[in-house]
Amino acid sequence: MHVAHIMASCMGGIRTSGDLVAWMQMTHKMKIHEAKAYVAKKLGIDEEDLTNEEVMRELRKDLGIGTVTSIAGSPKGIRAKWNVANLLGVKIRSVELFKSQLTFNGV
Amino acid sequence: MSGKIITRMGDGERVLLTRSEIKKDIEEGTKDAAERAHIPPMTPEEQKQLLEIIADPSRVVSVERGQEVIVTDDGCSMSFYSGQDGGGVGAPLSRMQAVLVYERACGADTTSLGHSDYSYKPVKPIINFEMNDYYNISMVSTAPFFYGAQPNMGLYYQPDGPCENPAELFSAGKIDEARAAQEEALQYLKEDLVFVAKKLSEVGCEGINFDTSGSAGDAEFLATLEAVAELKKTIPDLPILMGSSGEFILGMHGELKYEDKQLAGMYPHDQVKVVESAGADIFGLAVSTNTSKSVPWNLARAVTFLKHAVSVAKIPIHANVGMGVCGVPMMEQPPIDSVSRVSKALVQIGKADGL
Repeated sequence: MHVAHIMASCMGGIRTSGDLVAWMQMTHKMKIHEAKAYVAKKLGIDEEDLTNEEVMRELRKDLGIGTVTSIAGSPKGIRAKWNVANLLGVKIRSVELFKSQLTFNGV
Repeated sequence: MSGKIITRMGDGERVLLTRSEIKKDIEEGTKDAAERAHIPPMTPEEQKQLLEIIADPSRVVSVERGQEVIVTDDGCSMSFYSGQDGGGVGAPLSRMQAVLVYERACGADTTSLGHSDYSYKPVKPIINFEMNDYYNISMVSTAPFFYGAQPNMGLYYQPDGPCENPAELFSAGKIDEARAAQEEALQYLKEDLVFVAKKLSEVGCEGINFDTSGSAGDAEFLATLEAVAELKKTIPDLPILMGSSGEFILGMHGELKYEDKQLAGMYPHDQVKVVESAGADIFGLAVSTNTSKSVPWNLARAVTFLKHAVSVAKIPIHANVGMGVCGVPMMEQPPIDSVSRVSKALVQIGKADGL
């Protein structure tokens, strides 16, 4: 059932930009159109390309924000989320914790 | 069969209806919601759009390009490894593996972790286990990662909990005692919700989901609102998704208020305003599916409640679309023809910010 909803309505998560738009709803209470506009501006793309795999795949790889297929050695997990936080200008709590645990304190 | 359209009943049974029968069900569904909540019904144009979505000959339908929304979840990754009673497929995956499969193989916008019981009370004694799992998974997951469960205040009543059982007190005519028991239980619940969320926030929790709030009535909804407000005071950067359990808050107590607003009897457009006021970041809207009515009837009803709530809300609204909610048939294995139509209609006509 979840997959049916994902196919019917979902932005596509890390296949495209769904995770990025979700962060804006979660951290800034943005409605969907506002969140999409914000993310598109940060990415420097048209809103229609937010769910365009052809554009988002390369962009995600270049920005180091995680890709859906596994590229050996490329950022995933907390390293990708750190880049997401910087890209969007938002505070991601797991990233803040991770930074606080580094000996150089994330600077 | 000629001229008839395949659709479903609220229990999933496949039925063949004519266009005029579906049109009538849509009219009656939206009228029911509008009359109950004193809100506008769907316009004739919206009803026509819904009819076309239902009548689409494709088995699976989807939103138009560019209208995609965020899909959050209520423990979907648990469905990979849990059993039948949790809608699970029983694949032998660890919790971490399930979350990563959901994120990477399914392309989910967000993922989540939850206790198998999916209630907050049983999390308390094992909070350190949950903190460890949450922390470990959050280090390797890329999409936003929630911790979710239901407030489920029923667990605080005897024989499962410390408080007297209101259902027994009501049936004995002890109305004041039944109300007092609920007031006692809501304090325990609130403390547990705050405790669990605070502990998880210590390990970098990215978001908390208080899912299906109010299933035990207005006292449970109040406990959750108060927990959200307290958490937002002490941990303002903790994202909180608060979902409801139905279109109507049950008045099991009947006299409880949040900021001078009576909770019993609240419909979604009022529910979202108190959730917003408490400080939650996303509201999960729920409308119960009537199993003896058709999917068009149920969907028209859900769209009507949703559209009006979205129009008054300042925070994003995600329509809850699990089994038996917002028009999804109430069955263990909801048919994807209905699920995808519910998905499309709630987004395109109901204007949901997410599901």
